[in-house]
Amino acid sequence: MWLIHSSIGRKVIMSVTGIFLILFLTFHSIMNVTVLFSAQVYNDICEILGANWYAILGTGALALGFVLHILYALYLTLLNLKARGKDRYAVTQRQEGVAWASKNMFVLGLIIFGFLVLHLFNFWAKMQLVELTHGHGWVEAGLPNPQEGAFFINELFSNPVYSIIYIVWLAALWFHLTHGVWSSLQSIGVNNKTWLPRVKCVANVYSTIIIILFMAIPVYFLLGFRVL
Amino acid sequence: MAKKEDIFDKAKEAVNKAAEVIKDTAEDLVENVQELVEDVKDFIEDDKTKQVVASVKNAGEKIAQTAKESAANVSETIKTTTQRVVADVKNDTKIITRKDAKIPEGPLAEKWSNYKAHQKLVNPANKRRLDVIVVGTGLAGASAAASLAEMGFNVLNFCIQDSPRRAHSIAAQGGINAAKNYPNDGDSVYRLFYDTIKGGDYRAREANVYRLAEVSNNIIDQCVAQGVPFARDYGGLLDNRSFGGAQVSRTFYAKGQTGQQLLLGAYSALSRQVGKGTVKLYVRYEMLDVVVIDGRARGIIARNLVTGKTERFFAHAVVVGTGGYGNAFFLSTNAMTSNGSAAIQMYKKGAYFANPAYAQIHPTCIPVHGDYQSKLTLMSESLRNDGRIWVPKKKEDAEAIRAGKLKPTDLKEEDRDYYLERRYPAFGNLVPRDVASRAAKERCDAGFGVGNTGLAVYLDFSEAINRLGENVVRARYGNLFQMYEKIVDDNPYKTPMMIYPAIHYTMGGIWVDYELQTSVKGLFCIGEANFSDHGANRLGASALMQGLADGYFVLPYTIQNYLADQIQVPRISTDREEFEQAEKAINERIAKIMSIQGKYSVDHIHRELGLVMWDYVGMGRTAEGLKIALEKIQAIRNEFWTNVYVPGKSEGLNVELEKALRLADFIEIGELMARDALLREESCGGHFREEYQTPEGEALRNDEKFSFVSCWKYTGEGSEPELVKEPLDYEFIVRQQRNYKA
Amino acid sequence: MEKVLNLTLKVWRQNGPKVKGAFETYKLDGISPDCSFLEMMDILNEKLISEHKEPVAFDHDCREGICGMCSMYINGHPHGPDGEITTCQLHMRNFKDGATITIEPWRSAAFPVIKDLMVDRGAFDKIIQAGGYVSVNTGGVPDGNAIPIPKPAADEAMDAASCIGCGACVAACKNGSAMLFLSAKVSQLALLPQGRVEAAHRAKAMLAKMDELGFGNCTNTGACEAECPKNVSISHIARLNREFISAKFKD
Repeated sequence: MWLIHSSIGRKVIMSVTGIFLILFLTFHSIMNVTVLFSAQVYNDICEILGANWYAILGTGALALGFVLHILYALYLTLLNLKARGKDRYAVTQRQEGVAWASKNMFVLGLIIFGFLVLHLFNFWAKMQLVELTHGHGWVEAGLPNPQEGAFFINELFSNPVYSIIYIVWLAALWFHLTHGVWSSLQSIGVNNKTWLPRVKCVANVYSTIIIILFMAIPVYFLLGFRVL
Repeated sequence: MAKKEDIFDKAKEAVNKAAEVIKDTAEDLVENVQELVEDVKDFIEDDKTKQVVASVKNAGEKIAQTAKESAANVSETIKTTTQRVVADVKNDTKIITRKDAKIPEGPLAEKWSNYKAHQKLVNPANKRRLDVIVVGTGLAGASAAASLAEMGFNVLNFCIQDSPRRAHSIAAQGGINAAKNYPNDGDSVYRLFYDTIKGGDYRAREANVYRLAEVSNNIIDQCVAQGVPFARDYGGLLDNRSFGGAQVSRTFYAKGQTGQQLLLGAYSALSRQVGKGTVKLYVRYEMLDVVVIDGRARGIIARNLVTGKTERFFAHAVVVGTGGYGNAFFLSTNAMTSNGSAAIQMYKKGAYFANPAYAQIHPTCIPVHGDYQSKLTLMSESLRNDGRIWVPKKKEDAEAIRAGKLKPTDLKEEDRDYYLERRYPAFGNLVPRDVASRAAKERCDAGFGVGNTGLAVYLDFSEAINRLGENVVRARYGNLFQMYEKIVDDNPYKTPMMIYPAIHYTMGGIWVDYELQTSVKGLFCIGEANFSDHGANRLGASALMQGLADGYFVLPYTIQNYLADQIQVPRISTDREEFEQAEKAINERIAKIMSIQGKYSVDHIHRELGLVMWDYVGMGRTAEGLKIALEKIQAIRNEFWTNVYVPGKSEGLNVELEKALRLADFIEIGELMARDALLREESCGGHFREEYQTPEGEALRNDEKFSFVSCWKYTGEGSEPELVKEPLDYEFIVRQQRNYKA
Repeated sequence: MEKVLNLTLKVWRQNGPKVKGAFETYKLDGISPDCSFLEMMDILNEKLISEHKEPVAFDHDCREGICGMCSMYINGHPHGPDGEITTCQLHMRNFKDGATITIEPWRSAAFPVIKDLMVDRGAFDKIIQAGGYVSVNTGGVPDGNAIPIPKPAADEAMDAASCIGCGACVAACKNGSAMLFLSAKVSQLALLPQGRVEAAHRAKAMLAKMDELGFGNCTNTGACEAECPKNVSISHIARLNREFISAKFKD
């Protein structure tokens, strides 16, 4: 199977899953900012994305995307370590024009993955997971309504430690994206000499917008505002 | 070889032929006049009688004049031929006849077609049973190996570097000539042939050069088909540029990297065959001897440069394309591993070394800047299209510049001596390479040189920059200027470049016949390694043409004429005595070099040799100097064999040992060059004897005495080589003194 | 002109592919700034020879930046700190007096060390042998002008073809990937009508060979492009990806 056995095939998987994740992030970031304008609208969206088949299917696909992206990253990193050979350079220097992120995607990925687990614990475990496992009995037991996302946001980010942790995480994600966005296009061959600098520029702008949208929330909280 | 009787027969034949020509011409004349008189008779009553009579008279005079001229020509030919033949007979010199050189009969333009139509071929089933060794992977070697393998022969290909793509053909910058006439400026096969012969100062074989011009067009087609990205015009068609020594634009190019692109084309064809298994490639192997069995080349001994072991290889025929021997001068534009060892090995096994003295000195190289220098860098000849060459007019200015007290840009226009424009008003800065080189040396020897060594002249672009603007100059020569700046750390847009001539190419090499076969049967020699097509001087963009012509289109045909007789020969075991002896001799030689453990490194001795070569066998040679050179080279040889130091062991990789083996052969080549230069008492092309020049300092050829190829035959260690001559009788063109003044 | 450099050289010495190597430190004084890097190595070797020590083995040939033979990793850069040149074109004026220069061989699993600074780049030849050619035999080809080629395509093919096969891309790549080398050839031939015919097969065959030979996977860091002495662009890698993916989808 060429998607496993050929190096370009492996890149295609990284690229396609990557693009999928980028699209997800785009949606996620836009959805998030609504909370700054109206907690009610945000909660409505959370409700739509609750325990229904479309959402579950979507979540499943998303999970699969993540898993594939991570597994392939692991596989590629191991292969590349092997290709580098046993002896390492004693002196290495940064090349001009080579982004730091591009050489540290795996490390950035690990950081992102670590925070992702935290994030899932902070939100997903209290929201969609609860819906899936407990249904509406949860609310009747006096616990927070899993569909009221704004409540969780308000609670978590009221703690400035979390806000800062999330900002750090988003910074790592930004680095990952600045390389990831243009790289995913390069890997599937959507690039040429004229477009190379343009694609890189667009990618940087795009990732920056996404990250700004995400960061708006913790920053909003750090500035002392609350959504509820 | 021709015997005395044959020579006398030949002379007699020539005389008879001449007499016949004269007789024929006279008869023609009489006949013509008679006819005219008949014609006139009929008109005798006409009004225009006077006019007719006048025209008849005119015609008669013309015919008489022509007859006189041809008679003079014939008698001149008889005179020179007879003189030479008599001299040769007196000295008991062996002569290589047209027949020995296997030059086909017939008109010039039909020789190659005739040859191909009548040569022997090998059928496909038999090709599989024949092995061919090709040594070298440059333009000639790679293209020959690929073409032979495509035909079905088993090819063993040897490469001294780590990959065939590194061969020094890769460094050629300018372009490749072909008689395509795409620009519609009047080019033709004949014109390319003529320019090449003239550029070579009438010291090349007519039949070979014509064939070269004929196949030149096929080379372009072949390379395009391989995906060589030649420069193209906006219409999508191939672009041409002009080059020195021609009045037409016939040079195809790929940026400033034509050699690289052509070599990569040949390399890709070769790689395709290696992938198919029809070529077995041996990289990091160096040929150390030819194995000759019963008078035929049957294999080689080569050293694996990584393991240090010598190995034996059999083949039905051996083809050598190992390039030139310019590194005998230590400093040259050749690559570091370029060497003349394969040539010396062939020479010692009976192949003639032809015209060793013909070495080309390229006028536009970056000057020597220190005694640690390892090689010289060429700047493309194309720079002379827009650059103007000058030195200070006054000696005191030159001295001030050398001392660093004066900058070239401070010198006023009237204090500059544009010596090429002064001496050669018609061609100016675009005179052929040898002329430009000698003129630079003349100025520097007279004390007008610049740079800290005084061995440099200026190549100035300020006028071109004023006229065209810096951007145009940058577009044309940007990469060369960048290269210059990296090496010299000086900005050529602001201060003039400094240049000086350097050894670049060797026209001499192993003698081959029309089939590219040496005087040893089954041993072929192609590309720069052979002597054939450039005469005494090579024109720009012709080296690539010759390498590829030999490899793609000539050798793959002519070798079959030999191999057709070899189909019955079984593969010979390399355990045979001849192989064993050859390998033993090599290992003894290696052991001897390793055992000397003297005082001097290989490079130290090589530098000494280089200095002797440059001083006495370089641009200006004299009988006296050449005699000194012969003595000094003898001393260097003694020093080498008693006082060289090679560290390490003969097993395993030992670069110093490789260099020592090559240097031993460069010493032999140096001696041959000096000997040949001493023999040739004339100046022609790249060979300039100071005793033989016109009052204006131009090369003075001596066609009566030296219109021959001087071939040197090895006669054993310590004994002088024997001279064998191949006369160059021009059947189809008339020789002229080269003139680039007007 | 009078200025000279006194240097400390840390040179990787290794006797063979299987033997363990180590750095050796040498002092070298009085080097002219006009000297080229390889000439400096020559001087070092002359010195070692005069001390009856074994000289440093390194690859070099044309010494004018086109054969692609020279291959040293100098102070953290393949072909040294100066841009757009090979080691042989690097001059000592790029270094300061008293500097320590660390010289290492190309390090990649696919390029085993032969000795000291010499590595075996035979893998590159094998990649070309797998398909880096147009399948035409000598003779019987159409006239050179039979197929017009748009100038931009010819120029871009030329840019790709300027690769000298030195291996700096692999040496610079943290993944030891040969994608830039491979893509330059695939791209050159795919751009020309002569090579277009077998473009799909070529991309597949050459890539399969590269993977087989133990080169790594490209992660688009662009280090290859940054260190390439001939400025070959990674846009050729995009073209290779395109060629390969479309070939696979057609299968």
